[in-house]
Amino acid sequence: MAGEPAPSPEVNVDRRTLFARSAEAARPGAAGAAVPGLSRRRVLGLMAGIPLAGLSLAACGSAGPGSSSASTGATYWSLTGQPQEGIRQATVERFNAANPDSTIATTVFQNDAYKTKIKTALGAGEAPTIIYGWGGGGLRTYVQADQVEDLTDWFAQDPQLKDRLFASSFAAATVDQKIYAVPCEAVAPIVLFYNKALFAKVGVQPPKTWDEVLALVPAFNSQGIAPFSLGGQSRWTNMMWLEFLFDRIGGPELFESIYAGNKDAWNAPASLQALSEVQKLVKANGFIKGFSSITADSNADQALLYSDKAAMMLHGAWTYAQMKDSAPDFVAKDLGFVNFPTVTGGKGDPSNTVGNPGQYLSISAKASDTEKDVAKKFLSTTLLDTTEQKAWIDSGNIPVVNGSDSLIGDSPDAAWLQFVYQTSSQASTFVQSWDQALSPASAEVLLDNIAKLFQLSISPEQFATSMNAVLGQ
Amino acid sequence: MTTPAPSPSRSSSSSPAGQQSLTWFALPALIFVVIFGVVPLVGIVALSFTTWDGIGSVSANGLSNWKDVITDPGMPKALWVTFLVMALSWLVQTPMSLLIGVFLAGHQRYRALLAVIYFVPLLLSSAAIAITWKALLDPNFGLGTGLGIGLLNQDWLGKGPLALSIVIFIVAWQFVPFHSLIYQGGVRQIPASLYEAAQLDGAGRIRQFFSITLPQLKFTIITSSTLMVVGSLTFFDLIFVLTAGGPGDATRVLALDMYIRGFRGNLMGPASVIAVILVLVGLSLALLLRRLGGTNNNESMLEGA
Repeated sequence: MAGEPAPSPEVNVDRRTLFARSAEAARPGAAGAAVPGLSRRRVLGLMAGIPLAGLSLAACGSAGPGSSSASTGATYWSLTGQPQEGIRQATVERFNAANPDSTIATTVFQNDAYKTKIKTALGAGEAPTIIYGWGGGGLRTYVQADQVEDLTDWFAQDPQLKDRLFASSFAAATVDQKIYAVPCEAVAPIVLFYNKALFAKVGVQPPKTWDEVLALVPAFNSQGIAPFSLGGQSRWTNMMWLEFLFDRIGGPELFESIYAGNKDAWNAPASLQALSEVQKLVKANGFIKGFSSITADSNADQALLYSDKAAMMLHGAWTYAQMKDSAPDFVAKDLGFVNFPTVTGGKGDPSNTVGNPGQYLSISAKASDTEKDVAKKFLSTTLLDTTEQKAWIDSGNIPVVNGSDSLIGDSPDAAWLQFVYQTSSQASTFVQSWDQALSPASAEVLLDNIAKLFQLSISPEQFATSMNAVLGQ
Repeated sequence: MTTPAPSPSRSSSSSPAGQQSLTWFALPALIFVVIFGVVPLVGIVALSFTTWDGIGSVSANGLSNWKDVITDPGMPKALWVTFLVMALSWLVQTPMSLLIGVFLAGHQRYRALLAVIYFVPLLLSSAAIAITWKALLDPNFGLGTGLGIGLLNQDWLGKGPLALSIVIFIVAWQFVPFHSLIYQGGVRQIPASLYEAAQLDGAGRIRQFFSITLPQLKFTIITSSTLMVVGSLTFFDLIFVLTAGGPGDATRVLALDMYIRGFRGNLMGPASVIAVILVLVGLSLALLLRRLGGTNNNESMLEGA
C-alpha cells in the first residue's frame, strides 16, 4: 500500500519553491545593480514580453556605437518595425550616398529594449550621435543630465529649417524655452471615429459640441447601440478623453500649468469641471458596458466600432491602418472621422488636438564636433526630404512637414490623409499625450487615478488631491 | 498502531561519517542558493536605502524609501489585496484539492482518465492561461456571446470585487490539480489496516474520512498550505496579464506593485523596499506553518515510505 515514493517529491517541491520565491523577489533591483543595462533589460523583456507582443519583431541589439566611423561620421540608433524602419534606413542610405566622406552608421533596436538601452548608454557616455526619442518627459530627463545638445541657436541661424515643419510639433521638443530635438517622421493626432451606418440608422449627426455628445448617448442607448467604444483596461485610452476635455474647457494653459508643476494645478476649476464632465458621460452609460474589461492591445475596441456594436470611438490616428486591415469594407464605406467637439463656454481653441505630435531626434552633447556636424547636416538636408515624405504618405502617415499634403495625390486613403493633415497642421496647439509628457513616475500615478475616475470609485476632488501630490515629480 | 509519520529512528541515527558526506552533497545546492538567492537578496536590501532610476547613478538616501512606501496610501490596499488573495485562495483550494486528492487515490472506474483531465491546467503556463481566460471573459466577444448565454456577458474584469474573485477562481483552476496530486500521494501513504480496523468497528465512509484520512494527512495539509500561502504572495504573471492590477488597484498585489514601481515608474528604491517586505512576510509565514506542524515533520514525512 504505502509503496509509492510520494512524500519525497513533496519535500523537494517545497524547498525548490521557497528558493525560487526569494530569488524572484530579489531579482529586479539586485540584478540591475550587478550589470545595470543588460540584466535589467533581460528581466524587463522576460516580464513584459508577452503582453507587449504587439511589437512583434525580434530584438536585435547587436552592436554598440559604430566605432569605425567615430572620426569621419555619426552614429544613429533607432527602432525596428516596418514600415518605419525601412523608410528611416532608406533616408540614411541616401545621405551616405550623397556624402561618402561623412557617413552615418545606424543600429536598430526593438522598441522596449531601446528605451532601456539608450538610457544606459547615455549614463555610460556611450550614446550615439543621433538619439531617437519621443520628446516630452523623457527628453527632459536627458536635458537635466546635460546629455543632449541645445539646438535653439542652430534653428535660429536657419529659420527655414524650423518653418518647414509643423509648428505644433516643437512643443514636445522644447524644454524650458530651448529646443533640444528635431521633430521627424509622422504625426498621430487623436481623432473621433464614427460609424456612418449607425448614425444613418438612428438618424443623427456627428457631434459638434459636448452637449450634442451627451444628447447622442440616450439616442444610441435606446436603440441598443453603445454610444462609445473604449478599451478601458489599457488606461491611456481613458486618458485621451481627459486630454481633450482639459484642452477644450481650460485651454492648453491648463495642462501647461500641470506640466510645469504649479502647486495644486489639478485643483483648478476647469480641471475639476473636465473631470466631472467625463464622469457624467460614464454615469450616463456613454461607454460600452464592460469597458473596463476591454483592452486596446487586442484591438477589441476597434472591433466594437466596425462590428456595429458601438457608434463612436476616440482613438489615435494609427488605428486607421489597423481597422483597414481588419475591416477594409467598413473603412472604405462607413468610417467617419471628426475632431473632438467643442465645449460651450470653454477656453480651448476648437482646432487644438492631442496625441503624438511626431518623433524626435536629438544630438548627443558628448559627441565630437565632427560627429555633431555630420548629424546636423543630416538633419538639415536629407531628413524628411521629398522622397522620405512620399514614403510616409504611401504608408498611410502624414509626415510633420508643412505642405506634405501636396504629395497625397490620388492615394486611396486621400480623404483620411487630408483630414489628418488638416487637423495636425492647423492645430494651434498640439498637446502631447500626457503619459509621455510627464515623468515616468507621475505618469504611472496618473494612469492609475484615471482608471479609478472612470470606475467612479473616486471623485474629481479625490483625483485632484492624489495628482497634486505628485506634481513636478 | 504506528502511523506512517512519526518514526524518527532512521534518519536521525546516521553516523558522523554519513553526515560528512551529506554536507558535501549539499554543497552544489548551497552554492546556487548563495549566488541566486542570498547575494541578490543582500543587493535589494542595499538598494532599498538608495535612490536609483534604473539608469543613472545610485545614491544613498537613508530611510526615506521606507518612509515613503510605508506611508503610501496605496500600501495598505496592496497588503490587503495580497492577504485576500492568499486567504481566499487557501480557503477555496484546500477543500477542493483534498477531496479530489482523496478521490484520485481510490480505485473508482475511470479514475486514471479523470486524473489526466484534472491535470491539464497544470501543464499550461500562467501567461497562456491568463490570455485564454481574458479572451473568454471579454464582455463583448467572449464566452457569453459564443455560447449565446447573456448571463455570462458580465464586466468580469472591470468591477473590483468581481475581478478579484475571477483571479482567485483562475488561480484555483490552475493550482488545484497540483495540490490534488500532493494529497493523492498523502492518502496513498495511509496504511490500509487503519481502514480495515475502522470498518470492523463499524465506521462509515464519512466517519473514516474525518477520523482517519484527515488526521493522517496533517503533514500533507501543512506542506500544501505552505506552498499555497507562500506561492500566492508572489502571484505576478497571471494577474499582470489578466488585469494588470486593475480595475483601479483592485487586484494590485504586492508583487505587482513592486514591478509597477520599479519598471514602469523607474523607482528602484521603493520597489526594493517592497521586495524586502515580501521576503520577510514570506519567510515568516513559511516558518509559522512549519511550527504548526511540529518541529521535525520533514523527517517524519520521509519515513512513511
